[in-house]
Amino acid sequence: MRSLVFLEHYHGALEKGGLGVLGKAASLGDALGVVLGEDAASVAASAGAFGAARVYACEAPELASPLPQPRVDALATLVEQVSPDVVLFAASVLSADVASALAARLDAGLNWDLTDLSVRDGELVGTRPALGDTVIADVAWTGGPKLGMVRAGSFDPVESGGNAEIETFETSFSDHSTLATLVEQSQEESSGPSIEDADIIVAGGRGLGSPDGFTMIEELAAALGGAVGATRAVVDAGWYPYSTQVGQTGKTVSPRLYIACGISGAIQHKVGMQGSGTIVAINKDPNAPIFDFCDIGVVGDLHQIVPKLTELVRSRG
Amino acid sequence: MKIAVCVKQVPDATVHKRIDPATKRLDRSGEATLNPTDLNAVEEALRIKEAQGGEVVLVSLGPEKAVDSLRKALAMGADRAVLVTDEAAVGSDLLGSTRALAGALEREAADLVLFGQSSGDGDGAVLWAAVAERLRRPVISQVASLSAEGGTVTGKRQTEHGYDVISAPLPAIVAVSDAINEPRYPSLKGIMGAKTKPQETLSLSDVGVDPGDAGEAGAKTVVLGLGPPPSRGDQVRIEDDGSAAQKVLELVVERKLL
Repeated sequence: MRSLVFLEHYHGALEKGGLGVLGKAASLGDALGVVLGEDAASVAASAGAFGAARVYACEAPELASPLPQPRVDALATLVEQVSPDVVLFAASVLSADVASALAARLDAGLNWDLTDLSVRDGELVGTRPALGDTVIADVAWTGGPKLGMVRAGSFDPVESGGNAEIETFETSFSDHSTLATLVEQSQEESSGPSIEDADIIVAGGRGLGSPDGFTMIEELAAALGGAVGATRAVVDAGWYPYSTQVGQTGKTVSPRLYIACGISGAIQHKVGMQGSGTIVAINKDPNAPIFDFCDIGVVGDLHQIVPKLTELVRSRG
Repeated sequence: MKIAVCVKQVPDATVHKRIDPATKRLDRSGEATLNPTDLNAVEEALRIKEAQGGEVVLVSLGPEKAVDSLRKALAMGADRAVLVTDEAAVGSDLLGSTRALAGALEREAADLVLFGQSSGDGDGAVLWAAVAERLRRPVISQVASLSAEGGTVTGKRQTEHGYDVISAPLPAIVAVSDAINEPRYPSLKGIMGAKTKPQETLSLSDVGVDPGDAGEAGAKTVVLGLGPPPSRGDQVRIEDDGSAAQKVLELVVERKLL
């Protein structure tokens, strides 16, 4: 099986989501990568260490901005040249649009939100949680190429130390693909480590009672060397910035340790953090849904427990 | 400006959703409602119409009973509704659904097509880009603030790294985020008026789609089987008696997380 993996890059480095998918693809057969945009060829080289036998690169100026439609043209061109059995994406704002439009362009099946991939009787099978992860479906494709989009954080990049051959390619662009233009780009201002890369996240929800409650969340996060996360409810209420939102409409995170404080565990939050290694939940409501999927559940008053935990962590030095 | 809003009927949040083991499809027999994030798209369309004049048309694909849900958006202020409903469309995947929607949208030839953020049943957020590809129009997704004037649409959206502002000439496809606005509640007058607003029902052939290209026949993805989610393993439950913080720390250290 030959897979082509769409690798996104930012500030000269390949994103870890795509590299994780690349490693998985390499474990299932031949893994090829594709990098598009500015400096694609030089950025592409690092993919060899994560399992790519060959990486295709296209640097056309139309691919400079992070817009999906020119990428559809480039991928369609490459798919025709290379004829991969499978084209894989790590879910992101950009890749969701690329994958969907590519499916329409190629008349190819797209399965999304996949949390695992395997080969059964020579055919690719995807694992797809559905209905708020209460059901796990095994999904497959008819015809080809098979397009798959993997849920964020499903596969960690595996450094294998190989070298990739880099091959550049040219593409033409459809008229409608270059109509949208990037007018302005601003980087997110955030203090502390970005929540998507954090090893430890302390997150707060409505149970904090007020915006001031985030002070103790920040203190615990600082003591642990972690980042602060927030639920949709408190972001909507203006208690904490949108950039820290974990969930279906925010970030998907998978830290080693996730401490949820005053968070009920609504599905829309759960999908953003269930990939975490160990989930600690502190909530005064013993019936909160979060107690169904946490590892360590504490029923009690977070206003007592969180500051005490911060003290204990600090005193460990 | 003519604005088409793609909306979908989904099972109500209070319904315990299940997948029919025989068809491996979502059981849509229970109480249903308009997909909540579609209301943001309807609201945004109404705001543009109120500022600039024009028409707001709802476009949907679904079972016949979906007209009940469309009525809610008509009550909010949309002018009319178009529902593509066809036995042959049942079981459509992304390819079939977007063919049907694109066919209906082609007939409407709207200046702006709006989508909501994601559907409450498929958990997907992918339709619009495929529709844009079929219609050969520019697309901007996840838009948290929008302006559409002078033949141009501009949207600001949050990405993994910050905020992008993207512009495109009309006609264009835009998917809005649910942070964009607070959908209005229908007024009593709106609810009464909705009953008499035009509601059109179309078949696949009406929108130029061969039945073989939709439904299960046109699908290129398949569900092989369904199972329960894996258990997270042994859970530890602590009732706080003043020592919970100490216990949590011990457990976390024991698991080598610190």
